[in-house]
Amino acid sequence: MDNVFEKIVETIVDAKGIDAASVKPESTFKDLNVDSLDIAEMVMTLEDEFGITIELEEGIATVQDLVNLINERIAG
Amino acid sequence: MKILGTGSALPKKVVKNDDLAAFLDTNDEWISTRTGIRERRVLSDETLQSLAERAGKAALENAGVAPEEIDYVLVTTVQAETMSPALACDIQNAIGLKCMGMDINGGCTGFIAALAVAEGLIASGRAKKILIVSAEALSRFADWTDRSTCVLFGDAAGAAVVGEGEGIKDIRFASEPRRDVLCASTPPGNSPFAVDPAPAQYLKMQGQEVYKFAVSHSFRDIREMLAYHDLQPEDIDFYVLHQANMRILEAVRTRLKVDEGCFPHNIERTGNTSSATIPVLLDELNRAGKLKPGCRVILNAFGAGLCTGTAYLEL
Repeated sequence: MDNVFEKIVETIVDAKGIDAASVKPESTFKDLNVDSLDIAEMVMTLEDEFGITIELEEGIATVQDLVNLINERIAG
Repeated sequence: MKILGTGSALPKKVVKNDDLAAFLDTNDEWISTRTGIRERRVLSDETLQSLAERAGKAALENAGVAPEEIDYVLVTTVQAETMSPALACDIQNAIGLKCMGMDINGGCTGFIAALAVAEGLIASGRAKKILIVSAEALSRFADWTDRSTCVLFGDAAGAAVVGEGEGIKDIRFASEPRRDVLCASTPPGNSPFAVDPAPAQYLKMQGQEVYKFAVSHSFRDIREMLAYHDLQPEDIDFYVLHQANMRILEAVRTRLKVDEGCFPHNIERTGNTSSATIPVLLDELNRAGKLKPGCRVILNAFGAGLCTGTAYLEL
């Protein structure tokens, strides 16, 4: 769980050049200035990292939403 | 087989991003940062057939080939104005052709699919010169109430004359059959026997899934093509990719680690015109004098199917 969150933070920091401390589980991607294609790009990195395939759906609003989606795929 | 000449035609009506804001909750900043598109051309009082005719004539003139020398016409289109006859037959009178014509629906990969068909016809000796016209009117089946998709598309026709010779070194395809992420359907007709016919549906697209497919597969297919021919990414003068989204082009370019100048683009002026994007962009490069003898070019397209096509050319 923590590992997934940390990897997402690292990916956002790499992509957008923002301060890691400003990324919280409850942060919305909108607030972080991360748009839908940024999310798709990040998910490609995370798919490779965790060896999973994620089908993106509507409604991924917060960092926690993405953590949950990835954990479901890892578990399932 | 080699490319002997190119042509293109765009509708006269220019639709800028701000024009879309008049009837959609969108704006220039939203569209341009997510897509790179600033304006697109859309059919108004012109026909798709007239665009196809203009592009085809321009390609013949550019190639210095007379209409009577053409043995086949291949049109690529997702949806022409008629189902029958094929658009490839309907454009012949205006261009002065009299030969076998057929339409190919390869989605956004159509132009590269037509190159492969032409290569087979020429290699078998059944044709010496072939006219390929990619003509698309996405404005006719885009959903103009869906701000996430309709802003992406435009209408256009691009054409190429191909003939015997050396030039097109290799053409490869890949596919991952998936209907859910990119689809549109035609009206069901009025058969009294049809049970629960599905209604017509405008084009629907899941942008994030298409982005992932396009970036990962384009990069993989290009890398494989380069490896097969013992080439490095920097050995290629131009990567002419399907113009779907500037963000996709940039994501593929940065993965290949090549300079911006190797990735020509016109999406900012045309939007995504499906199979027409590659021949239109090729024609622009050709007429700008950039396609010099010895140039190495990679063509790569991805789209509905989902499928991808990649071609390696040495001019």
